[in-house]
Amino acid sequence: MTQTGVNEGPIRADRVITDGAAGLITRVEELAYELKIGEVMTSPARTVTPDMRMSDVLALFRDAKVSGAPVMANGELVGIVSIADLIRALQENNTAAAVSEYMTMQVTTLEASSPVIEALKIFAATKVGRLPVVDQAGRLVGIITKGDITRGVLRALEYDYQEEEVRKYRARHLFEDIVSDRTSLTLRYKIKQGDFAHGGNASSHIKRALVRLGASPQIARRCGIAIYEAEMNLIIHTTHGGTIRVEIEPHQIVMETIDDGPGIEDIDLAMTPGYSTAPDSVRELGFGAGMGLKNIQRCVDDMYLDSTVGRGTRLEMRIFLKPDEQLGDPNPSAERAGRNGGASQ
Amino acid sequence: MELEQIIQLVEGEVLTGGFDMSRQVKGGCGADLMSDVLAYIGPGALLLTGLCSAQVVRTAQMADVAAIVFVRGKRPSLDTIALANQERIPLITSAHGMFELCGRLHQAGLRSLETPA
Repeated sequence: MTQTGVNEGPIRADRVITDGAAGLITRVEELAYELKIGEVMTSPARTVTPDMRMSDVLALFRDAKVSGAPVMANGELVGIVSIADLIRALQENNTAAAVSEYMTMQVTTLEASSPVIEALKIFAATKVGRLPVVDQAGRLVGIITKGDITRGVLRALEYDYQEEEVRKYRARHLFEDIVSDRTSLTLRYKIKQGDFAHGGNASSHIKRALVRLGASPQIARRCGIAIYEAEMNLIIHTTHGGTIRVEIEPHQIVMETIDDGPGIEDIDLAMTPGYSTAPDSVRELGFGAGMGLKNIQRCVDDMYLDSTVGRGTRLEMRIFLKPDEQLGDPNPSAERAGRNGGASQ
Repeated sequence: MELEQIIQLVEGEVLTGGFDMSRQVKGGCGADLMSDVLAYIGPGALLLTGLCSAQVVRTAQMADVAAIVFVRGKRPSLDTIALANQERIPLITSAHGMFELCGRLHQAGLRSLETPA
């Protein structure tokens, strides 16, 4: 059994996960934990019986394009026969022999409810190319190979992508589906003072929402940059944090930050590039260079800053969307524009 | 320029996964001030920086940065790497300094995507 005459090459167990590397988990690696073996396996598995001849196995492997099959006797898994076993039988000119003479009897099985990572561990640590999959009662339900895992992961990644497309599709139709004289969507976020760890989370959500609603990359980027600077200002400069409020309409986006202090003493000075009241701890994070408000002003069409010392600050930022940038489903509005154009002539 | 070529040029170590190595990078920008990045970087650029807080990833996301190279062997925290994985922004670390890396990339044909003030 030890000399199969087949050199399967060195085993590459090059993915040793150290504590340090454990944080560097990719989406694919995540999927290895999320996906269950039962979701990616081939089911039902092609099986053979111990009394079949190796020549029958040859025909099965050739016709079904498989490279291994569980051996079943009276509904029980008794072994596994692989292409390596078949080659051995061929070399010994003994294809008339029964499967039971060449099969491997000690078979590792996996449960369908286990995560895919369990299969990957075994594939990485042994020369095994396929593993029978059983249910909780130990009954054979399928077979899994590395190819099954690759296909399953690709399918899941594709699904992630499609899910995002569906979300975009739904969001784009929001303004079309709801009928009113003037529809708007309002997003609100509470921002805590000093919460640098979550700095930018709200802005990230806002930018994503705009993209889903059909904003062009340029519009999403301008809004994202402006609201991110404003969000960081709430974190850095306020006494108790503040609120972000974004009102989205098909033709304009109004973003607003409101806080209750300390307020800006000299707004003109605050607007001067390079002027900053930020402490060094903030500068170490790459902020507080006195560029924020100026930067916001560059990104938006209209900016309004109102502040009273001891009372608080309200910053309003408006972006107006040109007819070809309007949010919602672009087709009906284009159609309407076309009809209006025709009527005016 | 493809990301793969950039990684070779900077002799970089990739810290994140699950992205397309053939992703096109349109140009580069080197800065430690995130407000400078937000104000002056063009979309689709490679960002070279010595700063490695989570704010770099957030900034990159807002400014549509294609990938981030941390200079002089700096490594962000695992939380920051996790955030970059979530937002699908490739992170690369290189032992070389900012000037050296900007020089290498510029010489290899990566143009500047920094807007002058």
